[in-house]
Amino acid sequence: MEENKTPEINPEEKKVVQAPSKPAKSLDWKAIFGKMLHSQMLIPVVAMLALLIFNLVNDPSFFAIKYGPNSVGDNVFTGNLITIFDKGAELAILAIGMTLVTAACGGQDISVGATIAIAGSAILRVVRGSEISPDTLQNPLILGFLVGCLAVIACGAFNGILVAYFKIQPMVATLILFTAGRSIAAWINQNQLPNIKDPTFGYYGGFIPGVPIATPIIISIICFIVIALVLRFTTLGLYAQSVGINEQSSRLNGINPTLIKFITFVILGICVAVCGLIKVSRISTINYSSVAKDIEMDAILAVALGGNALGGGKFSIKASVLGAYVIQLLTTTLYTKKVNSAAISAYKAIVVIILVVISAPVVRELFAKLKVKLSKKMARAGKKVA
Amino acid sequence: MRNKIVLEMKNIYKTFGTVKALQGVEFRLAEGEIHALMGENGAGKSTLIKVLTGVYSKDEGDVILNGKAVSIHSPQDAQKVGISTVYQEITLCPNLSVAENMYIGREKGVWQKWGSMNAGATKILESLQIPASASQQLGTCSIAVQQMVAIARAVDMECKVLILDEPTSSLDEQEVAKLFKLMRELKERGVGIIFVTHFLEQVYEVCDMITVLRDGKYVGEYEIADLPRIKLVSTMLGKDLDDLSDIKSDAKEYICGEAPKVLEAFDLVSDAGIKPFDFYIKKGEVNGFTGLLGSGRSECVRSIFGADRVLGGKVLRDGKPVKIKAPIDAMKAGIAYLPEDRKNDGIVGDLSVRDNIVLALQVLRGYFRPISKEEAYKFADEYIKLLEIKTASADTPIKSLSGGNQQKVILARWLLTHPEYLILDEPTRGIDVGTKIEIQKLVLKLAGEGMAVTFISSETDEMLRTCSRLVVMRDRKVVGELTGGDLTQSKIMETIAGGGVEDGRE
Repeated sequence: MEENKTPEINPEEKKVVQAPSKPAKSLDWKAIFGKMLHSQMLIPVVAMLALLIFNLVNDPSFFAIKYGPNSVGDNVFTGNLITIFDKGAELAILAIGMTLVTAACGGQDISVGATIAIAGSAILRVVRGSEISPDTLQNPLILGFLVGCLAVIACGAFNGILVAYFKIQPMVATLILFTAGRSIAAWINQNQLPNIKDPTFGYYGGFIPGVPIATPIIISIICFIVIALVLRFTTLGLYAQSVGINEQSSRLNGINPTLIKFITFVILGICVAVCGLIKVSRISTINYSSVAKDIEMDAILAVALGGNALGGGKFSIKASVLGAYVIQLLTTTLYTKKVNSAAISAYKAIVVIILVVISAPVVRELFAKLKVKLSKKMARAGKKVA
Repeated sequence: MRNKIVLEMKNIYKTFGTVKALQGVEFRLAEGEIHALMGENGAGKSTLIKVLTGVYSKDEGDVILNGKAVSIHSPQDAQKVGISTVYQEITLCPNLSVAENMYIGREKGVWQKWGSMNAGATKILESLQIPASASQQLGTCSIAVQQMVAIARAVDMECKVLILDEPTSSLDEQEVAKLFKLMRELKERGVGIIFVTHFLEQVYEVCDMITVLRDGKYVGEYEIADLPRIKLVSTMLGKDLDDLSDIKSDAKEYICGEAPKVLEAFDLVSDAGIKPFDFYIKKGEVNGFTGLLGSGRSECVRSIFGADRVLGGKVLRDGKPVKIKAPIDAMKAGIAYLPEDRKNDGIVGDLSVRDNIVLALQVLRGYFRPISKEEAYKFADEYIKLLEIKTASADTPIKSLSGGNQQKVILARWLLTHPEYLILDEPTRGIDVGTKIEIQKLVLKLAGEGMAVTFISSETDEMLRTCSRLVVMRDRKVVGELTGGDLTQSKIMETIAGGGVEDGRE
């Protein structure tokens, strides 16, 4: 009777189950190690550790965090680690939305850089009122943010309808706004460059007086908490994965795949609006052609580094966010090494190639085979000794 | 008698993993002969065709063409030796012209003689009386003409053997007639044609010979006159007419004559190509849809569940009208549907067994009431135990389970929603005998508790064992309903086959 109940699973897992039992303690370690090895977090964690160790060996002062007055005279925390979380905020926030879109639609939104420009431009348009460079906010910032939100949610909805209803490849559908977005952003302000001199406008990309932590860090943490709550208290996560893995079967289980895909694009739109606010607040103005340039590629890279399948399906937002910070850590490390800013992308490319190849299924399979071979060899050696 | 044998396949074996797809299959085709290859789904027809065309390589056996053994390792090899295939789906390029489609990829070098191409194509089209001009864009032709162009291309490549793999499934009656005319024309020219189809009538209209496969084994080769329809059906199903009557003793009687109707449908029709049908099921009743594959059994139940787009009809649930436009409407009305295609319609492969079990219940609860992890584990463990699902844990991805256990997980998913009407479309396909019996027992138990169940199976004895009423379908139409004493294998076959028992041809 007991024999019949042995679980029927694929051979790989069988090996794990049938592994010779060892003393409990060492087995536990093995299980934890094995779990980590198969976890999605493995690649970003290893990459981050590698970069941190590189910095530690190279120059321990990389990790120094200072507490002192900044240019305005407020006491704030500064240092490379703070910079990473500050400058990486936009990318990390985008990675949230991009992960969801990737999971449900099996494709990526490449228009996010351009729509950040639209959001930023819309915010500026509202707060500047009728003047180009007002000294004070002409309209409340919250109004500006809401208008910016609406503008990019509309963009997200546009992309979402193309992808979900018309079933156009996400990358092709979002190519439209990728191309047109920055022109639309410029058109919103009649191609003028507003400059908001009101210091309160700079709070969101800089510091709020009396708060020693850069505001983008706080905003990004709020975003993480919000998405964690959304995933905890709604069924969006399960539905997005289900639609991404098997749309047909999801439909037969009563899920509306079109709606789910659309929702993910709207969520990405909200992420984009937040990024737009941070971007324009950082410099109090906007450069239509260079704001958030190439950020879509970094966001996609963050999703990939997080071990999420770019073809859709299971996802981990934690891993994507970690991936985003790995990218920022790499950039900051290169800056501290005084690498020419033009050469940074080349260095980035090298690291990316290594990471992506390591995480490729082919390589993982090779590793798995190697492991099996090694364990067999060890077993044989063990027998000989016995 | 028969003409010279052009193609002979001897003792073909093919295994996929542990599945023996072909076991010692024989096949002979003569010049100028239209030869039907028949068998139920999974009998090995398509595997045999794929071995012949080089898509699969055979494990054992010989292919002899014109008396010489040939080895075919790729579809190109097959074309070179004169074996051409026209598939159900058009594999030509719709944006090229008819002539281009006929000549593409056939020139030896990189040079294409454009001038002579159109002239050559026109000549072939005319000689085969295909209503298309050489310069016309292929996409503008009807599907039937496109199919004919594909055949013309094959014929012009001097093929000796032409394989038509379900060419008629997307054609209407007139188009089928045109295709048959073309097939007869080719037959006159001495081409041997292998014709794979699920439509029995068509077999008797054009074919000269029939080879029947069953469960990967060769059953026999028959002249069309020696094998009337009813005999063909029983040969395909593997049941001789003599030993059918005693199965009835297994079937159980249900007392549901006075039970209320759980669901009633009138003139229901979907976009999947079935004719409008009426249907009802009573509380505690087990009914079934029977008919050959492609007869529309699945399409009927899919339209009840809203899985295909419903085009018309009225549905009453407990006597009250309901609108079922999408699966979610059906689920809310207490209907559950276990789909036929487990891999594409049933499982969500990468998700865990646990997520797969709670998915439908979760959808019913709505967006803002997620099932907590603890609750999900409770449900999963409960049903893993109840249905004896063999899995390493509730967290194992469903795709790493065996077929039968995947099916049990999907069954658990729907039982968890506590439906009042459960539709099971081929729940026992591709799973081992033990699990099959378990599922049948479960169906009877559920019905005993008052659930209405529709049970569809390709295996008639399973249906006889479980169902008290059978709806019989042929060519996408409901053609009969059998209850009580009519529930016998021979009666079912008779109704499936249509026509008389004695007379094969209509």
